[in-house]
Amino acid sequence: MNLWGWRRWLLIGPPFLWLLVFFLLPLGVVAAISLSQSADTIPPYTPLLIHGPNGLESQASLDNYRLIAQGDLRAYANSLGFAALATVLCLLIGYPIAFAIARAPKAWRNPLLFLVILPFWTSLLIRVYAWIAILQPTGLLNRALAGLGLIDAPLLLIYNNFSVVLGLVYAYLPFMILPLYGSLSQLDESLVEAAADLGARPARVFRDVVLPLSLPGVAAGALLVFIPAIGEFVIPDLLGGPGTLMVGKVLWQEFFDNVDWPAAAAVAMMLVALLTAPLLLAQRLVERKA
Amino acid sequence: MSKRLTLFRAAALALGFGFLYLPIALLVAYSFNASRLVAVWGGWSLHWYGELVRDGQFRGAALNSLEIGVMAASLALVLGTCGGFAIERFTRFRGRFVFGFMLMAPLVVPEVILGLSLLLLFVASQAWLGWPASRGILTVTIAHATFGSCFVAVLVRAQLAGFDRNLEEAALDLGARPFGVLWRVTLPGIGPALVSGWLLAFTLSLDDLVVASFVSGPSATTLPMAVYSSVRIGVTPEINALATVFLGVVILIVVLAFSLIARQERQRIAAG
Repeated sequence: MNLWGWRRWLLIGPPFLWLLVFFLLPLGVVAAISLSQSADTIPPYTPLLIHGPNGLESQASLDNYRLIAQGDLRAYANSLGFAALATVLCLLIGYPIAFAIARAPKAWRNPLLFLVILPFWTSLLIRVYAWIAILQPTGLLNRALAGLGLIDAPLLLIYNNFSVVLGLVYAYLPFMILPLYGSLSQLDESLVEAAADLGARPARVFRDVVLPLSLPGVAAGALLVFIPAIGEFVIPDLLGGPGTLMVGKVLWQEFFDNVDWPAAAAVAMMLVALLTAPLLLAQRLVERKA
Repeated sequence: MSKRLTLFRAAALALGFGFLYLPIALLVAYSFNASRLVAVWGGWSLHWYGELVRDGQFRGAALNSLEIGVMAASLALVLGTCGGFAIERFTRFRGRFVFGFMLMAPLVVPEVILGLSLLLLFVASQAWLGWPASRGILTVTIAHATFGSCFVAVLVRAQLAGFDRNLEEAALDLGARPFGVLWRVTLPGIGPALVSGWLLAFTLSLDDLVVASFVSGPSATTLPMAVYSSVRIGVTPEINALATVFLGVVILIVVLAFSLIARQERQRIAAG
């Protein structure tokens, strides 16, 4: 460390300043503008400070937050509920997959892992769009089911809770599998064998040995799914209906449809408040591993 | 373990990958569909690819996206490599907690917040400083470089953690300076993380709809923005063709890059 001396600031400085200006400072701007009101000016919000007869006067108010609190809070409940449900489903679906990859022959593991990551590299918009063609009333799934004679009328598979949660699970499943695989692949095989030798049945080995040792992966995966899912916009917008509003979409509508920037900023602050606890938890987890 | 379990594991893999890839496979298959109806198979045809070529709407947007993606990924590579190296190797410095938080938070903070906050910053800064004069390619590039650099930092940090520091110490013992060691020993040693970091930042930029919608101006429509406005009107087979081309290009680049990395690793192991 002493070797670097002051020169380490040449490496710390650029990303530090960049993130300060383009990540942290903007959050401060959002907080400030959430206290103003929308107006027919450019930019479309009232200034926080104005020159009055008694010098500078503050025009800041909590009206936007009051309106949110008095209004329809369903979108906030939906966001938390859908994100939690998607996290649990990702865990239930992702665990066997991560387990199977960790136990696959060595030569297979990297290619299998690559196949898990590959959808990451392709467009989320396109992958969500693909589900529209499958789920819509005249879509592939309904036609297949009707063709097999299983249904008489098309099932309502899209623009409801089901399709939104399905989309969330589909989009975030790789975020769950990767940390789970990380934990499971480091699992000491001899512990599993020892438990089996001592007479534990596979279910017991799993419950008492494998599962507890993979909990760090479970926690990391859960946060990686839950946090971004709360603020998701594309999925509720393309696969959701009027009854499946989520916070991310409310923010979008306030900004683009109502052109009420201060209201959108207040929604963003509510979203930040929802995310603070899980975010700090996530950083604690990262630092402990490092 | 018993045979039943291997069957269970094979089933888990088959169902899991089926779930992940079936929608994509159907999308690709139906891009070759002659029928205008999305769910009715009307025989094989390249009709929609022809429509795509004739349609100029997507071409300009694709060029914008490529330009932004290359610039944002390159900027993110520099910033993220510095950041990942600093947070991994310098265990104590003033502001390290804040730095660590800023490097991690953009990975998970919802895109609507990143987009709105940057837009409000750009608008406020335009009012006070006169910069940026207009919103477009530059502002989208800045936004994409911001979250891209955090993804690069994660990959760099992960690979540095497994990097053999004896090599660096040997070079230092032989009289090299810290920056010389970083440039000649450490960076070549974490080459795979740099390549995959750039690619990840590039594809994230190509893929981003939400942040770009907030911070872009009327002059710079990106490909996802063009796709989104067309998808909102309705599902058309032309989008299937566009998606297939997009998927093909991305998968080709990623597979090429990774086989290159794998070959270099093998050569290094064979030589070492």
